[in-house]
Amino acid sequence: MIAAVDVKTLVIDGINVSARADQTVLEVARENNINIPTLCHLDGLTDVGACRLCLVETKGSPKLNPACVLKVEEGMEITTTSDRLKHYRQTILEMLFSERNHVCAVCVANGHCELQSMAQDQGLTHVRLPYMNPKLVVDASHERFVSDPNRCILCQRCVRVCAEVEGAHVWDIMGRGIGSLLIADLHQPWGESSCTRCGKCVQVCPTGALTDKSKLGSDHPKYPEFLPNLEAMREGR
Amino acid sequence: MSKIKVATVWLDGCSGCHMSFLDMDERLLELGSQFDLVFSPLVDFKTYPESVDVALVEGAISSVEDEHKIHHIRKHTKFLLAMGDCAVTGNVPALRNPFGPLPVLQRAYYENASAQPQTPTTFVPALLDKVRPIHEFVKVDMYLPGCPPSADTFYTVLSDLLAGRTPDIASLTRFGA
Repeated sequence: MIAAVDVKTLVIDGINVSARADQTVLEVARENNINIPTLCHLDGLTDVGACRLCLVETKGSPKLNPACVLKVEEGMEITTTSDRLKHYRQTILEMLFSERNHVCAVCVANGHCELQSMAQDQGLTHVRLPYMNPKLVVDASHERFVSDPNRCILCQRCVRVCAEVEGAHVWDIMGRGIGSLLIADLHQPWGESSCTRCGKCVQVCPTGALTDKSKLGSDHPKYPEFLPNLEAMREGR
Repeated sequence: MSKIKVATVWLDGCSGCHMSFLDMDERLLELGSQFDLVFSPLVDFKTYPESVDVALVEGAISSVEDEHKIHHIRKHTKFLLAMGDCAVTGNVPALRNPFGPLPVLQRAYYENASAQPQTPTTFVPALLDKVRPIHEFVKVDMYLPGCPPSADTFYTVLSDLLAGRTPDIASLTRFGA
């Protein structure tokens, strides 16, 4: 006997779509080829709504909601593109660029960076906010990898992949707001931490914040799509 | 009707944007017939003209001289285009911002000096505390990111501007390029 599936119907950008009750608006939108920009979502990881780029408008609600953690509801009407959303998305990117030292031209991830390509996709040609230029220390203590907080956007993909998939939970975020910092264990050098050297965090990092020492210049493509395959394999699918 | 007056300016940058501009090669001849280059590191005019239609400014604002120049340029220019990442974001010159100008002077004039280490006080303009993109000083009319913007980007943007069209910059180039 096939169990009954709880199906919801909703409207995204004027298109009628149907979804399982446990799905998010982001999942359903992507299934229907509607692109909602995001930097922190990654197939295979729990969504946390960290980057806020996937904010969408819901009819009847004054609030903007992040599509990655917004569960579908019957009769929902979602708008994924508007002048208001474009303004917010550009401003979010401008804040990301101004909060740290993202110098694309000399970044190891230049050409393979999701922040860089997202800025281009969203039509960002300059940053209106003053650059903060914080003084941040690069951690090159690990024998294979480098952590450069100058490039970190605090998306927490590394935190999640390490805790949820590798099961080591080396990474965490210390502090709050603009002073937040990615740390290994209890703020120890990465090379002296409980890291298992699996490298998953490097592969899922959208920018040049976590990189492989053996890569030089802009020769640093990443392969985050390994994740759903790994999970499918583990589940014996 | 007189031709459009174009200027290019070199502030704190590596001149890579100007090199990429020159990389338009033979297309420069086609574009060059449509405007007069009235001021540029590529030509020999010494003073910035009273009235310029379009100025392409390469480089960030790093010194008191850069700051003085950009205000002067803005005052005498109708359409100011920030050319390349240094002008748009601060880019490589701004790498010194987290620790300030003193270590830079220390490195250049003391640690690497073989004789008479000293900080120059004449001819070399004083450095500003922070390197800033030009739009933090004056109004910028168009931004052309890229390190450098490619020759194709230059060609498309200049062709569009000369024809009175607004180029879609984000479809052509990006930070870092």
